[in-house]
Amino acid sequence: MSATPKIRIRGLKKRFGAKQVLDGVDLDVAKGTGMVVIGGSGTGKSVLIKSILGLVTPDEGVIEIDGEDVLRAPKRRARELRAQIGMLFQNGALFDSMKVWENVCFGLLAQNRVTRRQARDKAVEILAQVGLDASVAGLSPSELSGGMQKRVGLARAIAAEPAIMFFDEPTTGLDPIMGAVIDELIVDCVKRLGSTSIAITHDMASAQRIGDAAAMLYQGKVSWTGPAAELLTTTDPVVDQFTHGRAHGPITMALRK
Amino acid sequence: MNRLLGLIEALGAVVLGVIEFTGELAIFAVSGVLYIFRPPYYPRLIGRAFMEIGYFSLPVVALTALFTGMVLALQSYTGFSRFGAESAIASVVVLSVTRELGPVLAGLMVAGRAGAAMAAELGTMRVTDQIDALSTLSTQPMGYLVAPRLLAATIALPLLVVLADILGVMGGFLVATQKLGFSSGAYLVSTFTNLKSEDVMSGLIKAAVFGFVIALMGCFNGYRSKGGAEGVGTATTSAVVSASILILALDYILTQVLFVK
Repeated sequence: MSATPKIRIRGLKKRFGAKQVLDGVDLDVAKGTGMVVIGGSGTGKSVLIKSILGLVTPDEGVIEIDGEDVLRAPKRRARELRAQIGMLFQNGALFDSMKVWENVCFGLLAQNRVTRRQARDKAVEILAQVGLDASVAGLSPSELSGGMQKRVGLARAIAAEPAIMFFDEPTTGLDPIMGAVIDELIVDCVKRLGSTSIAITHDMASAQRIGDAAAMLYQGKVSWTGPAAELLTTTDPVVDQFTHGRAHGPITMALRK
Repeated sequence: MNRLLGLIEALGAVVLGVIEFTGELAIFAVSGVLYIFRPPYYPRLIGRAFMEIGYFSLPVVALTALFTGMVLALQSYTGFSRFGAESAIASVVVLSVTRELGPVLAGLMVAGRAGAAMAAELGTMRVTDQIDALSTLSTQPMGYLVAPRLLAATIALPLLVVLADILGVMGGFLVATQKLGFSSGAYLVSTFTNLKSEDVMSGLIKAAVFGFVIALMGCFNGYRSKGGAEGVGTATTSAVVSASILILALDYILTQVLFVK
């Protein structure tokens, strides 16, 4: 493990109106490891990764990538640091006006790193890595099933071979078998690229499959961190209630409103 | 006292809301314009937006202009014949169409068709995270989605108005010569004698401004939509209504600037 974490977050705060969504989040993600962030709905998991991506501007705090604070770095440098992040969105977020191959190689085409012909060939190659046939390349996203859309989303996220990968609820809406397949692909891709990853999930089986470490987000802070393998056995009352889905415990529904 | 304070508070909230909205719109517009000139450029997207706004709006603009010219000739004849001024119909039709009706009606039609489509497309992209996905793929959404539409609409609308002008005048000509018994030669001479280049140019300047406004309101409302399908619907309605109102208001302002000396 490297001394400087790949991603280091300190005192991250974000308020939306009267609601303090993030209230001083501290989190370290070591290089080459997978961090799973769990927490109830509305506890700020998505806001956390959107803050790292620059899609949400935090009110306070530090977000470091490779030891550089992206919130205070010059715009160009911040863009360069964030360019090493690939993201798989919860619903795939595929561009429905484009074919699958254009979606997969969108980043490469946008940066003029490949011609359209090269992009199509490259897309077929990447689609094979996520278990999709070359015939899928010419289809529109609307012609794909949910599982295939997730795979295409994953293919798009890995196309630029990112050093950091984010997964927002990667198994949501999939049946357990397809969920396991997607998890396996995620683990394969992350391992092959040697990437550092952060995944948000409510699915405990998925969390244990794709994460090395886990963090519980509760009341705007990281209330627990530990190995993902211990998610179901830890004695922390908040994590225990959440992972076992118990109605009674320290987490009350009022807190999630 | 409490009621008065509540009233002042509500009024203040409305004023602040209007200021905030205007500020956001101004920043969005300036940013969109800057991205037109800032690389990377997207000629494919500009072409696609041009086709969507210009080419596919041709039928609706053409029919609107043709029938408006026809109705204008009929109505002018009805009114002017009471004063024995029927000979002024040709000039009334050509000046009304080129200065006002061509750009305004084309603007309103394009706002209803292309402005709504832009808001719906960008709104759907926003609520399905596609705009966020663009950002994560090293692409500036303003440069990729907004700037091409602003540029294409600003170029396309004057071209549509040229067509609207021709068809509007042609509609008037058809009614005047086929129904009202005017001589075609005399009608055309009267039309071109009274038409000055600044009449056409002023209409085209208005059209360029209206085109920009249509794309701006379509993109702005779509870009900031939220809340799923309902949010997209609201954004689409707001885009059409706000663009239509702005077209009518700007038409007055531009007429004042261009014609009143």
